[in-house]
Amino acid sequence: MMSVQTSQKIAKVALWIAGFSTVAVLIVVIGYVLFEGLLHVNWEFLTAKPKKMGSEGGIFPIIVSTVYFTALTLAIATPAGVGAAIYLTEYTREGKITKIIRFGTEALAGIPSIVFGLFGFAFFVILLEPVTHGWSLLSGALTGATMILPTLVRTSEEAIKTVPLSYREGSLALGATKWQTICKVVLPSALPGIITGVILSIGRVIGETAALMLTLGGSLRMPDSIFDPARTMSMHLYLVALEVGTQPAIDKAFATGTVLIITIFIINSTANWVMKRFISRMS
Amino acid sequence: MNDKLKEKAYEKILLVSAFVSVIIIILIGGFIFKEGLPLINKVGLFEFLLGKEWHPTDGVFGIFPMIVGTFAVTFGALILGVPLGVATAIFLAEFAPPRVSRIVRPAVELLAGIPSVVYGLFGMVIVNQILMTIERTYLANILRPEYQRGYSILSASIILAIMILPTVINISEDAIRSVPREFKEASLALGATEWQTIYKVLIPAASSGIIAAVVLGMGRALGETMAVIMVAGNTVAIPDSIFAPVRTLTGNIAIEMGYAAGDHVKALFATGIVLFIIIMALNTLATVVAKRGVGRS
Repeated sequence: MMSVQTSQKIAKVALWIAGFSTVAVLIVVIGYVLFEGLLHVNWEFLTAKPKKMGSEGGIFPIIVSTVYFTALTLAIATPAGVGAAIYLTEYTREGKITKIIRFGTEALAGIPSIVFGLFGFAFFVILLEPVTHGWSLLSGALTGATMILPTLVRTSEEAIKTVPLSYREGSLALGATKWQTICKVVLPSALPGIITGVILSIGRVIGETAALMLTLGGSLRMPDSIFDPARTMSMHLYLVALEVGTQPAIDKAFATGTVLIITIFIINSTANWVMKRFISRMS
Repeated sequence: MNDKLKEKAYEKILLVSAFVSVIIIILIGGFIFKEGLPLINKVGLFEFLLGKEWHPTDGVFGIFPMIVGTFAVTFGALILGVPLGVATAIFLAEFAPPRVSRIVRPAVELLAGIPSVVYGLFGMVIVNQILMTIERTYLANILRPEYQRGYSILSASIILAIMILPTVINISEDAIRSVPREFKEASLALGATEWQTIYKVLIPAASSGIIAAVVLGMGRALGETMAVIMVAGNTVAIPDSIFAPVRTLTGNIAIEMGYAAGDHVKALFATGIVLFIIIMALNTLATVVAKRGVGRS
């Protein structure tokens, strides 16, 4: 039988190892991708068009498509997400309606992206073809918007809840209407928190692949409008690595992975920076 | 328009946007069932769920191998990922000095942010390579040649285990932190060591939250698509070894949707129905478990 002190020591060491293993896993994954990819990331890779299905050349049109796609997705999802958050915090008490809304948001958050893809394909690509032109940036963005909605609602709600009640009372006491109070007092105070949520959603949008395989079209060309098919960097990585699969293509996949990881790193750091300023201002 | 009317209009607009999620979830369910259900009726529910053969071009639709494959990689991921995740959560909640958690926490965040295709690429190129070397060097006599390519349940489980770590860590840590301080103080005051306090007081008190973390991690693993396609090999066969290549339900949809037509498309939507129901059941379970925990403490 082990003494109590010994098991305490062993447990402590084991838990320290667990903590460090988690960090080590991250370092190994990121380190390996950067190690394989950084060599192939250069100015030409970032600014040239892809050749031979992406196994040669660069990813410029794909970077542009990723930016278009992300902007469009956020433009669709943010108003709905923030609107929902305002309604939940300012207009209702906890009750039947909020329960239904919360159930919807939570259920939506858990659905696998490939199921969103099936839905997007049946609804936006096939049924709404006259509007979306089939596989297109618009179909992809509408699908993507449904996916990030739960995150946006939750983060915006948290941000609006931190605005002190006295701000609202002050505004209402001065004779402002409820809507004026929301627009001129509540939202500006909650803005950094809402922005953090939006930035985090950008990360999700950029990393998404499965749903876009069924809705975005996967074209390598530079899109001219939101009705053109396109592909994002994540999709490009997959298509190049798996469907081309030659060694130069794998190198391009790692280079794309490197660009993705650096982008995500910048996004996370920005979100943390905004959040930190928000917290220090609110307290 | 006068101000009162305007106020009312704004409220209505906000109400509608609040219901967007609910509308979408109904639409998703509606469309998937509408497209997939006719095929399940045509083939027969039991034939579809328990059929061992999948030859979509000949009209034979049995997804049993994919169901087995999905649960195999999911349980593999839980076996590898949950102990590490929960241990890291305990470490962060109880042992980590602030300076260390300032490193671990952003690391977990970044781990959650990395796109799944990057994990897939890593798994495909490095994990599968290592597994293949092991299979060919040490297990060459035991394993069938098609089990010596690295693409396997094991490699998919390893990659998924990494991918569910953030979910398991974050939710478990919250659960452990939400245990009232008095519980811990009372235990320590009675002379228990930190470790005794952790596994006799904190973990039991946080158990419902930790279970919810595991269930949500399970949902994440079940729903993952791209990374699994890249490492699992995607053979439609009931696996008999952790070195066997498998196809998952999600992988089945993503791989075949590109060229499917007619009943084949419907069969992929029907696969989506199965996935949808499994995930909804799991999420409901997680909510129920988490609520029970809140009610008790």
